[in-house]
Amino acid sequence: MELNAKDLTCERGGRIVFRDVSLALAPGQLMQLTGPNGSGKSSLLRLIAGLNEAQTGSVQLTGGSEDLTIGQQAHYVAHQEPVKSALTVEENLAFWRDFLGGGDVDEALDAFDLSRLASYPAGLLSAGQKRRLALARIVLVPRVLWLLDEPTVGLDTASLERLVRVMATQLDGGGMIIAATHVPLGREPDQRLELGRAP
Amino acid sequence: MQFLANPTRFLKIANAVLPYVWAITIVLFAIGLYGALVTAPPDYQQGETVRIMYVHVPAAWMALFVYTVMALASAAALIFRHPLADVAAKTAAPIGAVFCFLALATGSLWGKPMWGAWWVWDARLTSMFVLMLLYIGYMAIWAAIEEPHRAAMVARVVALVGFINIPIVKFSVDWWNSLHQPASVFRMGGPTIAWPMLWPLLVMGLAYTFLFLALHLTSMRAEIAARKIRQIQIAEIGER
Amino acid sequence: MKLILALIRRDLTLGMRQGGGVGTALGFFLTVVVLLPIGIGPDQALLARIAPGALWISLLLSVLLSADRIFQQDYEDGSLDIMTMGPVPFEMVALAKAVAHWLSTSLPLAVAAPLLGFLVNLEPAAILPLAVAMVLGSIALSLIAAIGAAVTVGLRRGGLLVSILVLPLYVPVLIFGLSASQPGAAPGLTAASLLILGAITLVSLVVSPLASAAALRSYLT
Repeated sequence: MELNAKDLTCERGGRIVFRDVSLALAPGQLMQLTGPNGSGKSSLLRLIAGLNEAQTGSVQLTGGSEDLTIGQQAHYVAHQEPVKSALTVEENLAFWRDFLGGGDVDEALDAFDLSRLASYPAGLLSAGQKRRLALARIVLVPRVLWLLDEPTVGLDTASLERLVRVMATQLDGGGMIIAATHVPLGREPDQRLELGRAP
Repeated sequence: MQFLANPTRFLKIANAVLPYVWAITIVLFAIGLYGALVTAPPDYQQGETVRIMYVHVPAAWMALFVYTVMALASAAALIFRHPLADVAAKTAAPIGAVFCFLALATGSLWGKPMWGAWWVWDARLTSMFVLMLLYIGYMAIWAAIEEPHRAAMVARVVALVGFINIPIVKFSVDWWNSLHQPASVFRMGGPTIAWPMLWPLLVMGLAYTFLFLALHLTSMRAEIAARKIRQIQIAEIGER
Repeated sequence: MKLILALIRRDLTLGMRQGGGVGTALGFFLTVVVLLPIGIGPDQALLARIAPGALWISLLLSVLLSADRIFQQDYEDGSLDIMTMGPVPFEMVALAKAVAHWLSTSLPLAVAAPLLGFLVNLEPAAILPLAVAMVLGSIALSLIAAIGAAVTVGLRRGGLLVSILVLPLYVPVLIFGLSASQPGAAPGLTAASLLILGAITLVSLVVSPLASAAALRSYLT
C-alpha cells in the first residue's frame, strides 16, 4: 500500500496556493508538513482527503480498497473540533463509531485519558480536553491514513505524549500519517515536505 | 462546445459576430414595431390596447427562454466544469429578469383597461411572478457569495432546482386559478389569432431573441474582462 | 442504514437537548397565527374562511425559519467534513438530516397546527383533512427547506436569502396542500390533491438530497 500524489496544483479564490506538489508515502511512514502561513498545508491535507478539488494532478492510494475513496480510508483532524456540546463525551464518540463503522469507545477514551469524563456533556470540557476528544476519534475507527492538521495545538505535555504513543501504534501497524505542524512530534519524521510561499 | 469553451476564442467570435447581431436586432425591431403599431388592426373588443400584446407576449416568452438558457448553461457547467458556462448562466440572469419584469409591468398596464385593476391574480401573471422571484433568488446567490468559484457552484444548484420547479409551479397555479377564478377573465385567443396580428408578434419574438443574444454576448464579454482584472489584481498582490 | 439511523438519532437528541427546536418553531407559529386576526379584524366568518390558508402559511414560515439549523452547526464545527469521509454517500447524509428536521420540527408542527386552528375559527370538520394534508406536505416542506439551508450554509446572513430562495419552491405545496384541506370539497378533488401533493413530495425526495449535497460540497471546498 502506498500513497502517491503527483503534480498537485491548488487554487483558492483565483490564487495559486501551491503548484506541482508531489509526494509518496509508504506504510509505516510519518510525513511532517511544514511551511509558512498560507502556503497551503491545510489545503494539501483537505485535497488528499477529497474535500478540495485539485486544479491539476492526482492522488492515489495504491493497494487500498478499490471501492472506497481515499477520504473513506482516512482520518482528517482539522482546526475545528467536530464535538457537540449537548452530547456527553461518550455519546460524541459513540456517534462517530456508528457513523464511521465499528471501534471501541472505551479504548479510544482511554487512549486520551478521557474515561473519567465520559458521562459529562462535552460542552463543559476545556479547550485541551475538547482537542483530545477530537483526537480520540482517530483511534476509535481504524483507518490506514491519518491527515492531521496542527494536531498538537492546545495539548499539554502529558497529552502530547499520548498523541505520540497513539501515532506510534498507527505507524507500527503499517499505517501512514501526514501531519502539518512545526512542533517536534516526539519522533523523527521519515519524510519532510516544505511548502514554499505561493509563487 | 469544446471549441467555444476557450475564453480567448469565444471573445474573438463574439467580437466578430456582435455588430451583425445588433444590426439584425434593429432591423427586426423596425419591421416588428411597424407591423405591430401600424399595419396590425385594432382588436374588435379591446381596441388599440391590444398593441401592448406585441411588447408583452414576447417578453414573457423571453423570460422563460432565458431561464432555460440559464439552466442549460448551469447543467453544462456542472457536467463539463467549464467556467465559461457559469459566466453564461450568471450574465443571462439579469437580462431574463428584465424581460420578466417587462412582461409583468406590461401585463399590469394591459390589465387596467381589461380587468379594471392594475393587478389581477391571473394564472399566467402569477406564474410569471414566481419566475421573477426565481430570478431574484438566483442573482441574490451570486451577490451573496464572495468567492466566485464557490458562488458558481452554488448558483448551478439554485438554477437547476428552480428550473425543475417552473413546470410544477405552472401546473399548480393553473389548478389554483381554475378553483378560484371566475371564468369572466379575458383570455388571449390562442391559435385563432389572425395573420395580420400574428406576423408582427412573431417578428417581435425574433427581435427580442436577437436583442437577448446581443445583450448576452456583450454582458459575457464584460464578465470575462472583470474576471481577468480580478486575476491580474490577485497576481499583483501575490508578487508584493 | 444503521449509520443513517445513528445520524437521525443524533440530530433528534441534539434538537431536544439544545432547545430552540420545535418549541421555538411552535412559538413562532403561534405568533404568526395571532397576528392574522389582529391584522384583518376579528370577524369570525372571515376568519373561518381564511383559516386553512392562514394555518398553511404559518406552517410554511415556521418550517422555513427553523431550517437553518439543519446544516449550520455541523458545517461550522467541521462535522460535515468528516461526514463526507464516511462509508455512505454524502447525499444520504443530507437526506438523513432533512428527515431529522422533519421528525423534530415539521411533523410536530403539522400535527399541532390543525388543533390550534380554533384560534382562527377553523371549522371542526376541517381539522382532519387539514391534518392529513399538512403531515404529507410537511415532508416536502422539510426537504425543500434543506436545499435552502444547504445553499446558504456558509453565509453569515443567509436568513432573508433563504426565504427568497425557498418560498417560491413552496408555492406548489401550498396550493395543493390547501386544495386537499378544503372541508366541503368533493372527495375526488381532495384525493387528487393529496395524490399530487404526494408526487411533489416524491420529487423533493429525489431532488433535495442531490441538490443539498452538491451545495454543501461547494461550501466545503
